[in-house]
Parts: sequence; structure tokens; C-alpha cells
Amino acid sequence: MHPILGTIIQRLLLGLITLFFVSLIIFSAVEFLPGDFTQAILGQAATEETVAAFRLELGLDKPAYIRYFDWVGSLLQGDLGTSFSGRNSSGADRSRDVVDLIAPRLWNTLFLAGMAAIIAVPLALALGITAALYRNSVYDRTVNALTLTTISFPEFFLAYVLILFFASLWPVFPSLANVNADTSLAERIYKCVLPALTLTLVIVAHMMRMTRAALINLLASPYIEMSQLKGLSKAKVILRHALPNAWAPIATVIAFNLAYLVVGVVVVEVVFVYPGIGQLMVDAVTTRDIPVVQACALIFATTYIVLNLIADIIGIITNPRLLHPR
Amino acid sequence: MTDTSKAYSAAAEVGQIRERRSRWKIMKIELKKAPYSAWFGLIVIACYCFVAIFAPLLAPHGEAEIFKIPFAPWGGEHVFGTDQIGRDIFSRLIYGARNTMGIALATTLTSFAIGGGLGLAAAITGGWTDQLLSRCVDVLMAIPGLIFALMLLTIFGSSILSLIMIIAVLDSTRVFRLTRSVAISVVVMEYVEAAKLRGEKLPWIMRREILPNIMPPLVAEFGLRFSFVFLTIAALSFLGLGIQPPTADWGSMVRDNASMIQFAKYDLTAAMTPMIPAGAIALLTVAVNFVVDWFLHKTSGLNDEH
Repeated sequence: MHPILGTIIQRLLLGLITLFFVSLIIFSAVEFLPGDFTQAILGQAATEETVAAFRLELGLDKPAYIRYFDWVGSLLQGDLGTSFSGRNSSGADRSRDVVDLIAPRLWNTLFLAGMAAIIAVPLALALGITAALYRNSVYDRTVNALTLTTISFPEFFLAYVLILFFASLWPVFPSLANVNADTSLAERIYKCVLPALTLTLVIVAHMMRMTRAALINLLASPYIEMSQLKGLSKAKVILRHALPNAWAPIATVIAFNLAYLVVGVVVVEVVFVYPGIGQLMVDAVTTRDIPVVQACALIFATTYIVLNLIADIIGIITNPRLLHPR
Repeated sequence: MTDTSKAYSAAAEVGQIRERRSRWKIMKIELKKAPYSAWFGLIVIACYCFVAIFAPLLAPHGEAEIFKIPFAPWGGEHVFGTDQIGRDIFSRLIYGARNTMGIALATTLTSFAIGGGLGLAAAITGGWTDQLLSRCVDVLMAIPGLIFALMLLTIFGSSILSLIMIIAVLDSTRVFRLTRSVAISVVVMEYVEAAKLRGEKLPWIMRREILPNIMPPLVAEFGLRFSFVFLTIAALSFLGLGIQPPTADWGSMVRDNASMIQFAKYDLTAAMTPMIPAGAIALLTVAVNFVVDWFLHKTSGLNDEH
């Protein structure tokens, strides 16, 4: 077996183990709830029978480890349980399946994150490579100072600055991104411009700085000096000699920042009232709707783990030293 | 007689040079060499601390005092107007400095106490303690911080104490990793071995032998963690899940007054009302980052100019 395959399988197994522990943590969220939470959900007037029926539905009569396997089992079948909201003390149950709540919103969130990524990744790479190319020039310094400032800003500050300029003072884009299933693609893109731009500003800064750092780090190595002494042009040195070796760190940076999008999306969705999964989670936290929170947390955490795993694997397969072992 | 006192004495000259500079003097010399960005950062931080400490003396009105006119315009009795239920924005900004920064500082200190302590213990004891702690941290770090914090807030509710504890525990994972990795190279030194053989206990070795030698990266990390925690708390408050009203706090002030941005065309000052607390948060994080940048350059000799 190729040694690289072994390393990749090892990483995949490690990722699976992490996923198992993460699901365990998320599952145990219910365990830490105070004992009377069924009453809190059903209301003070709930009868003994209603409470008992609800507890039975949650399976609270069974030991925790059986409930964990039940939970994972139904997760794998695409059943995320039912929401806590919409229940009342008389036992009437108008609660909705978590899957129905999440599915359309998950698509919205992926759309927004994807749009931000499509703008951000090429932009960050271009900025990072040019900044490394013309390092210590006025251009490099300006880009550096600008990105250092945007890194330090909270997302909602950037979002409101954009709203102030592009939605209020010079109204070209809407400040509310209220899309629904019937919105056409063009309109959807138009409404998502400001949220996507906010996310872009947040992640471009990180990606650009780390691309530049990775390239500059390489430029110190002897083989680059050799190519310079040969008389190659600056652009050729960077594009032909430095960049191929910098792919691994750059891929890590990109995946890391896409994973960061997952978190940034929560705040941005709330600012722009965008019907995504982040906003759903915030609402669910306010109403203490545990099944919805669990499902959202699991989706966010899984995306995060998978993206980091992909970065790891890209780092391994683009490393020529590992590809051609001696 | 006069001869001896004026005569050249090598010992006296060496003695003079040997006189150690006090910490204060070293700080003065370093500050003189500091770049403008660091100066800017230090001055901003000093101003914020001053406002935070003397908030009750500086604020013209009470933190939760309600006046008759909601959404009052700027000027007059209320410098920055009033918010949606008629609280003075300027006073709330000043108290907000105290609350937001105080809570962020308490959180960062707690996270360093937990993460730093465990990191040092893991580095010194090694073996399965180290393995167990490191793997736990790996799992905790696999869940994005804000998401984990949201989940824990659902369970424990958002009181100030639970906010501090939750974010401190989540943030301590990063402190743990850094402390462990820098301490592990110090642990193998002879003087640590000597202290162990002397029979010193774990707390002594942590505090007297290792901590002084890993201070610079930890101090820099403290600044970074502080600004990160500060942003997290601001984000949570902005989402309405952090610091609860009527306690003044910059994150929730942005949320409460955000609708005023719509009126920018008619009254620019009104639109600026939510921007001031948001800007205050941004300015502090920029200032902290500038200072940390300078400090890192100083202590590690790190620079990327080739």
C-alpha cells in the first residue's frame, strides 16, 4: 500500500473518532437540563399525564446510553427529532419535525456561504500573492494595514458600516435579505450581496495574510535564492518555484477560513434577517429548544470537522516529500 | 585626601555600570523605541481603562435611568440622544466600557488560570495525564467556539456567571495548547530536574521554575485572547444571549439601536448612534492587536523581512 494512503486512512479514522466524541457531547446537552424542564416546556398547567407522556416520548425512562444509540440511529436515517416549541399543557402537540425546520434554511445558509467563498478565495489568493511579490512596497503595506484592521472588527460592525453606506446613504442594495423558496436566483444573489460582502471582508483578511506569510516563508529557502541568482523574473520565481510548495499551507488556510464562515454566518444572518440555519439556532437558544439547538450544533460541528479534515488531506497529498518516499 | 576621591577607579566604574536598570527604566527605554501603532494602542487602552474605572464619576446619568423621550436626538441634555426606552446613550456607553471590559477581563483571567494551570501540569507530569488532557482539548476544539457557547447557554441560561465560565472553559483550550507547547521545552532543562530531585512539589515547579521562563509568549497570548473573548462576548450580547438588560453593554446597544441606521439620509447623527458602541468595540480590539504585534516583535525577534 502506498504510504500516503495509510496516512489518509489514519486521518479519516481520527476524524470519525472526533465526530463520535462531538456527538456524545452534543447528546449529553439534554442530560444537563434541570429535572423539571418538561414542566417548563409544557407550562405550569400541565397535568401529570401530559408530563409523563412527554417524558415517555423523549424516552427519559430509558438509560442514557440506550437513548444515545437511539438518537444516533435516527440521525443516520435523517430523523432529527421533533422541536420542543408548539407543545402546550393540554397535551396537544403542534410541534414540527426538526428536519422540516432545518432543510430549507440549511440550503439558504449554504448558498450564502458559497457565494462568500466564491468571491473571497480568488480575491484573497490574488491579494496574498501580489503582496508577497511586491513586499514592503506601499501596496503591500496598505493591504496589510487594511486587513489587520478588518480582522479586528466584529462582524456586525462591518455589516452595519456596509448597510450605512450601501443601503441607507446610497441605497443600491437592500439591507434585509429576506429570501424564500420562490425567490428567483438573480434576486437571491442581489439580496445576498451585502451579507456575502460582509463575510468576504472577514475571511479575506485572514486568508490573504496567511498566503503572504506562507510565500514569504518559502522565499527564504536556498532554492529560491538559486533561482533568483539564475536571473529569473520576480513573477516567475513566485509562480513557478515558490507557489507549488506553498499549496499545502494555503489549502489549510482556505479550509480553515471556510470553516470560520460557519461561525461568522450566525451573526451575519441575524444582522440581515437572513432565514438561515444560524438565525434558527439563535432563536432556538432563546426559547431553549434543545432538539433544534442540538441539530444545528451537530451540523455546524460536522461541517467544521470535515473541512479541517479536507485541509489535512490536501496538505498530505500536495506534499511532494510524502508522494515520493525514498 | 582629595586625590583619592577623584582618582580613577576601575572598580567604581564597573560598579556603576553594574547597577541594574530598574524595571521602570527598562520600560521607559522600550517605550521610547516603540512604533507609532503601539503608542496609539497603548493610549487607547489607557483611555478605555480610565473610563471603565471612573464610570460612575464620568457618566452624566445613571446606567438604567429612563427619561421621558425615547429616541431623543443628539445634543442638549443627552449628548448622543436616548435609546428606544429613553435611556441616555452616552452614560450607557461609559458604563458599557466597565461591564464589557470587566467581564472580558474576568473571562480571560479564568481561562488562563484553567488553561495555563492544566497546560503546565500536563507538560510537567507527562505520560497519560498529558495524553488524556490533550485529547480532551482536541475534541473540545473540534466544535466551533461560538456554536458550543450557544449550546451551553441553552442549558445553563445566560447569566453573567455562566457566560464567564462557559467562554473561559472554551477559550482555555487554546491557552492549554500554547502553554503546554512552550512549557514542554523548558521542562527538560537541568534546573527543573534539579528542582524535582530537590523534592519540590508540582505548584512550586510550575510557579518558580517554569512560569518565569515562558512568560513572554503567554503575555502576548493574553492580549490576543482578551480581544478574542471581548469579540465573542460582544457577538453573544449582540445576538441577545450575552449580558442581559438593564446592564449596559456595547453589543446589545448595537442591536437595540440598529434600526436607526435606516434614517441616515435624514439625520446622520441618528444613524451614528448604533455605530458608536460598535466602533468602540472595534477600536479596542485594533488597539490591543497593535500592542500585541509590537510585543511579539520585541520578544521573539520575529519579522518576515528577508
